[in-house]
Amino acid sequence: MSVRVRVPTPLRRFTGGAEEVSVAGTTIATLVEDLEKNHPGIKERICDDEGKIRRFVNIFVNGDDIRFLDNLETAIKDGDEVSIVPAIAGG
Amino acid sequence: MSTITGLTCRECGQEYPIAPLHVCETCFGPLEVVYDYDSIRQQLTREVIESRPRSLWRYRELLPVSGEPTVGLHSGFTPLVKADRLAAYFGVKELYVKDDSVNHPTFSYKDRVVSVAISKAMEFGFDTVSCASTGNLANSVSAHAARAGLRCFIFIPADLEQGKIIGSTIYGPRAVGIRGNYDDVNRLCSEIADKYGWAFVNINIRPYYTEGAKTYGFEIAEQLGWRLPQHVIVPTAGGTILPKVAKAFEELKKVGLIEGSVRPKIYTAQAAGCAPVIHALHKGSDLIVPVKPNTIAKSIAIGNPADGYYVLRAVRDSGGWGEAVTDAEIVEGIQILARTEGIFTEPAGGTTVAVTKKLIEQGRIPRNESIVICITGNGYKTIEAVVNDVESPFEINARLQEFDELYRSLAPTTTPALGASELH
Repeated sequence: MSVRVRVPTPLRRFTGGAEEVSVAGTTIATLVEDLEKNHPGIKERICDDEGKIRRFVNIFVNGDDIRFLDNLETAIKDGDEVSIVPAIAGG
Repeated sequence: MSTITGLTCRECGQEYPIAPLHVCETCFGPLEVVYDYDSIRQQLTREVIESRPRSLWRYRELLPVSGEPTVGLHSGFTPLVKADRLAAYFGVKELYVKDDSVNHPTFSYKDRVVSVAISKAMEFGFDTVSCASTGNLANSVSAHAARAGLRCFIFIPADLEQGKIIGSTIYGPRAVGIRGNYDDVNRLCSEIADKYGWAFVNINIRPYYTEGAKTYGFEIAEQLGWRLPQHVIVPTAGGTILPKVAKAFEELKKVGLIEGSVRPKIYTAQAAGCAPVIHALHKGSDLIVPVKPNTIAKSIAIGNPADGYYVLRAVRDSGGWGEAVTDAEIVEGIQILARTEGIFTEPAGGTTVAVTKKLIEQGRIPRNESIVICITGNGYKTIEAVVNDVESPFEINARLQEFDELYRSLAPTTTPALGASELH
């Protein structure tokens, strides 16, 4: 089972410059753990000391913000596309 | 002489060079420009500012450009209108409208942030500028890019008002309508910005872009005779302008342009159909829970405001507050401003007027202190919002007798209506 994760520029030094990586996981939480296993150091960029998603990080599953789903417990399945996106100013 | 020394993360304080960067690599916090305030204090006096052309660039030492500004030489320095008829309507003593509905060249406060962003993008050597927008920003980027001779791509929700769309496409950018709301546009643009290497004014140029919003606050102070108002009401979408107005007031004190102890109370205004910041404010929470927008106030329909947290902080630090109003109240707000002060604003402005009314009625804003309402956009772009709420013209033949009959049938009116009961 594998999910594609789009990696934003500030995190690409952990993925060897890759824009997209494949990871395993059944929820966003387990996906973050798998990311960390393959790309050590990436988790603390995404999550704060308490393990929650940082204030200025947005995570989307197939285009939907996980805060409209089940946050870290949002289920993911084979073929889903996950994006990690920094917050953006208004316009 | 440049007065900027670098960028720093607003959250963790990590330092970065002046470059097209926008988020901290460590914590994803937004980056903020660092100024040499001692140097600014030496160079920038009221006399120097007042001797310069009436544009936002008269405060250029407090803006993040290194050389001479190249874009937006006529932007900013919009009227601060002493709004006596609106004051009478609200029953308050001293009221002003800061009117960016007549900003040059595209009639919104965005001409400020874009002037700074594109000047900076040109310093960095970009040849293509872009933005994610609810309309006004796209209008401004398109116009300024045309004048600067830059390639331009704009990304907007596909269902925008016609005036907001044509208000961009007339300048000849490549315009892309996204099937979705602004938050969807934003997410896509973040990925496009990563891939294409353009100057996205509100993404990779964001630290410089947002600084342009300070000029709104500088002008309020200068136009009040170098003093600060006691209450300022600002609309909130993504959350750029409100914290920057607060910062502007602080900077003026820091560099010695303003004396005295007045600390303006700052209030945030949102539409009830998209009020994530107001929800957090009223709950006493720091956590902004995003919403799916549903309001006629499309220019402030941002359900996931990047700087919402800083809006909360600025409002609370100032001792201010905030409210949300319904679409019906927004339309009424547009009409009140038009019929008392002759200023036609878009729904974002109607929101700010209606929220001001609510805060005065609640007793949150006292009636005997100075108040500034921030009007950031123009109603001629969003006529769809009010088309069903205004009187249609009477249609007659070009015969005097027909007008005589019509006139006799009309109720006697004198000046434009002041009372709410007369608004419809």
